Amino acid sequence: MCLSVPARIISIDGSMAEVSCGGTIFKAGLQMIENAKPGDYILLHAGFAIQKISDEEAVETLRLLKEMKDAMDEM
Amino acid sequence: MKYIDEFRDKQLVIKLAGHIKNLARGDLAFMEVCGGHTSAIHRFGIKSFLPDNIKLISGPGCPVCVTGKEFIDKAVACSRLKNVIITTFGDLIRVPGTVSSLEKERAKGADIRIVFSGLEALDIAIANPGSRVIFLGIGFETTAPGTAVTIKEALKKRVENFCLLSAHKIMPPAMEAIIKEGVNIDGFICPGHVAAITGSGIFDFIPEKYKLGCVITGFEPVDITQAILMLVNQVNSNDPKTEIQYRRAVTKDGNSMAKKQMEDVFETCDAFWRGFGIIPGSGLKLRKEFTKFDAGEFYQFDPESPENDGSCICGEILRGKKTPPDCPLFGNECLPDNPIGACMVSNEGACNTWFKYSNNECNNYT
Ligand code: SF4
Repeated sequence: MCLSVPARIISIDGSMAEVSCGGTIFKAGLQMIENAKPGDYILLHAGFAIQKISDEEAVETLRLLKEMKDAMDEM
Repeated sequence: MKYIDEFRDKQLVIKLAGHIKNLARGDLAFMEVCGGHTSAIHRFGIKSFLPDNIKLISGPGCPVCVTGKEFIDKAVACSRLKNVIITTFGDLIRVPGTVSSLEKERAKGADIRIVFSGLEALDIAIANPGSRVIFLGIGFETTAPGTAVTIKEALKKRVENFCLLSAHKIMPPAMEAIIKEGVNIDGFICPGHVAAITGSGIFDFIPEKYKLGCVITGFEPVDITQAILMLVNQVNSNDPKTEIQYRRAVTKDGNSMAKKQMEDVFETCDAFWRGFGIIPGSGLKLRKEFTKFDAGEFYQFDPESPENDGSCICGEILRGKKTPPDCPLFGNECLPDNPIGACMVSNEGACNTWFKYSNNECNNYT
């Protein structure tokens, strides 16, 4: 139950959102995140969006990993 | 799926593991504190990628597992009262108490309902004004802000028949308890979703005071393997610090709105952890302004009975001292369908996840 899953916001109604997690729709309370909008990815945990997922940071982590992988491939 | 598939790239896991093999000198043990990590490690067979000199040890981060029998006994006692509806997260109903479990009480007719969130429990209270709805609040810093939001909503909507039985806990004091136990580890794989709320700063005392590295980690196989590599590098450079691997969700300061919700509603208190006993300052209770939502205000419970787990060794497993196969009941009397101890109940419990994936039965990743 401690696990949170990435989910995409589909629609927002006041402080509640409908989010999609691999096609399954859940309700998520938005009381803990600012400026949420449809299309944003959030971490869904026990019925609440607990954090927005940063696209830039995800891309950056993957870029660094790829660099490391390429460097190792050359070794 | 976005943010999942990219971090399941098996070739990348193999590369990272190769790097770990080249760099790790001697035997190293790292503790994954969070039950979500324990589950992912088994589900993806992470250990099978790692060299033999890297050992992963499960810690006390499965909220269902560390909830004591006394709490279950209280919930069972409440469920037997007239006009009471118990609302709870699913796993908790199967945890055995001293004489019964919520599941058994439900079979006998008690009104016990599984909810996904506190707000759902509040809706049940609004729809049933003739009953008192008790929400069993368990979980760490990830779950507590949601309970806080729920309590504030109850106040705002003047819901008088809703209350909380809190076993909410916070993580850092338990990690310090592990260190003080003298468990032999070389660093922590830190809980990523706790840190998404709190920020990375809550772990800083560990490298500073105890010279152990902390890497805050996501829940996919690339995340976990990268975190192990980062810990190995810290050991090699003799430079323990808090690092964030899970940068897509975790920052230094965390989620200020969630932290504020939690701070508005809760204050810390001493709390009981299965396997540890009372850990000072490790629990969350409602602040004075909110005591009218505290189940303890309405119901007096018998004084604590001493915890006796029989031959179940959950306590030692949660303290990182033993592994599930060390338990004589593991896979014999104690099974996911018939849990004898709390660690066999939830899929974040070490015994449950160890049993399910030990034969790679449900695992097509490795
Ligand atoms: S296998 Fe069952 S009885 Fe043994 S430690 Fe795990 S939960 Fe307890």
